[in-house]
Amino acid sequence: MKHVDEYRDPHAAQKLAQAIRKVVTQRWTIMEVCGGQTHAIVRFGIQDLLPDSVELVHGPGCPVCVTPLEMIDKALEIATRDDVIFCSFGDMVRVPGSRADLLGARARGADVRIVYTPLDAVRIAADNRDKQVVFFAVGFETTGPANAMAVHMAKTQGLRNFSALVSQALVPPAIEAIMSAPDTRVQGFLAAGHVCTVMGTHAYAPLAAKYGVPIVVTGFEPLDILQGLYRCVLQLEQRRAQVENQYERAVCEAGNTAAQALLERVFRVVTRKWRGIGEIGESGWALTPEYEAFDAEKRFGLADAEVSEPEICISGLVLQGLKKPADCPAFGKQCAPDHPLGATMVSGEGACAAYYRYRRKRAA
Amino acid sequence: MNETKALEIACPLPLNDHRHIKLAHGGGGRMMQQLIEDVFVAAFDNPVLRGGHDGAVLEFPHGRSVLTTDSYVVRPLFFPGGDIGALAVNGTVNDLTMCGAEPLFLTASFILEEGLETEKLWRVVKSMRSAADAAGVSIVTGDTKVVERGHGDGMYINTSGVGRINHDTRVGPKRIAAGDVILVSGDIGRHGMAVMGEREGLAFTTPIESDCMPLWSTVHAMLSAGIDIHCMRDATRGGLCAVLNELARGSSLQFDVDERDIPISESVRGACEVLGLDATHVACEGRFVAIVPRGDEERALYVLKSQNESASMIGRVLDGEPGLVTIRTPIGGRRILDMPAGELLPRIC
Repeated sequence: MKHVDEYRDPHAAQKLAQAIRKVVTQRWTIMEVCGGQTHAIVRFGIQDLLPDSVELVHGPGCPVCVTPLEMIDKALEIATRDDVIFCSFGDMVRVPGSRADLLGARARGADVRIVYTPLDAVRIAADNRDKQVVFFAVGFETTGPANAMAVHMAKTQGLRNFSALVSQALVPPAIEAIMSAPDTRVQGFLAAGHVCTVMGTHAYAPLAAKYGVPIVVTGFEPLDILQGLYRCVLQLEQRRAQVENQYERAVCEAGNTAAQALLERVFRVVTRKWRGIGEIGESGWALTPEYEAFDAEKRFGLADAEVSEPEICISGLVLQGLKKPADCPAFGKQCAPDHPLGATMVSGEGACAAYYRYRRKRAA
Repeated sequence: MNETKALEIACPLPLNDHRHIKLAHGGGGRMMQQLIEDVFVAAFDNPVLRGGHDGAVLEFPHGRSVLTTDSYVVRPLFFPGGDIGALAVNGTVNDLTMCGAEPLFLTASFILEEGLETEKLWRVVKSMRSAADAAGVSIVTGDTKVVERGHGDGMYINTSGVGRINHDTRVGPKRIAAGDVILVSGDIGRHGMAVMGEREGLAFTTPIESDCMPLWSTVHAMLSAGIDIHCMRDATRGGLCAVLNELARGSSLQFDVDERDIPISESVRGACEVLGLDATHVACEGRFVAIVPRGDEERALYVLKSQNESASMIGRVLDGEPGLVTIRTPIGGRRILDMPAGELLPRIC
């Protein structure tokens, strides 16, 4: 398939892997930030091509994984109301809250619908004026513009029966949180390409300088990731710490300025909780006063509740690159994709779920 | 008395996990497998059922026959390349075929929803007739029920089928041996993507048509060519991936396939890339996996290709980790090809 196969070429992959082997002289620990990259690394067996001295740890960039339990409980509370049509992206519906998941709620009669774009939820609201239509606006900066556009369209069309349950997260504060942890092992980052397509790359230079870490904005195909790793290793070996853009075919320094203008109008930056990690300052988005009327939490008067995670789960440490999935005593035993205990096992892009699906036994 | 007592078995499904049946219990993945094993096999256990085949192989004094049944609940009723009627005939014909039986007779039961347009029913029934003619089977008896409006998606169909085994090749998971070669009869994933595209209103640049078709003529050609088919299974719900996992488990052997050899049309690949789906998880309705002994693979491939040019040899059976399926990735890595969990869910980004 054009524009895909070129980035999965086995000979080019071997050449890049060889180039990495050639420049590396010591152990380096590199974190890929985005869940999509984690998924690709494990799905294509990229680790099999790397020298042992390059260790990959998997970052917190899976929006499904880091959505707090409390937020899923709120989604369930809204979805089980008789007057509600609850719309969500596909992989969010299988994520368990503290008691149930959205698929389970649907099995018991809730009207839960999977949408492919947030605008589908707006259309459903227009077609069902007697119902409250709630969209679960989950994601990083990547899904931000589409989610913002849905709220903006609902306002423009005067759809008073539409609202959004917002759980948006931001990448740069997460990198900052990981690097400022005293025991961090991360020495270089592959930043999330699609996040930068929207936001540009300027937020990363101060981070690279402050913490002395190379940050390579990287795509999602195997050759993208191998090239991103090569450039990151090269910087580390040369004791450089700069922002580089491997994903030039989709990312420019300024990003998508039209999308940014919409984001700025619809969202304001807030402190938010990350599942498995805890609260990170200025790391999320909530609706601005202009769009507050579309905030589902306010519309349904939901209160914050404290929910605790199972004690055995180490997903917080996995998300910060301090542990690997297989270090967990529950991995593959009490905790598996059908009955996840924590953040990183719930979505296909979570590190634990990806390891479980693709690598739980050495595929030798 | 004793019989009543024997049936007083505690429900073995972990109730805390699944207090209600979810859609994923019918998705052809791990959850369905667990439901079948823990509830149905536990309750109905007998030697024929334990055969673990798509149909029941019954030994009669005059020879072996196969009995199978399947229900069809597809929404929408009509989709590119087929409809619920063609599916109801071909699905059951293929279940018989996968047991190595020549399909002969079908039954057809209709559960119709109050309000269904009779014109639609007629279109479906006509489609069943032509599918039956094409597959060489007769629909010999049936049943009709009507349920209240809102209690069904227009129409559900159940078909049962009877077929006859008129050759000596024993086909089943237990015959799979290390060294066997794994083939697939054509490009995968068309049916699932065609239905998903129609249901969700996704517009594909190249229209994707269902692969719904009967498989007996292909299998008959393989048997006539003297190929000692060890096992066959059609890749329906759960796709190619579920079939490979079921057969690896059923044979207690390791299956190793090469991703580059799995035939997938450009349009299905494109749609899967966009939706974040794995094409090996997507349903087919006219494709099967054949496992043949080493030495028979070239002839098997020749016969398969004469019916469908995209047929391919995709891997081997190994004497490795029992029940494990491994896949070589396009860039030369290797990973597990795990059983799909249940419902196919598109990813966020």
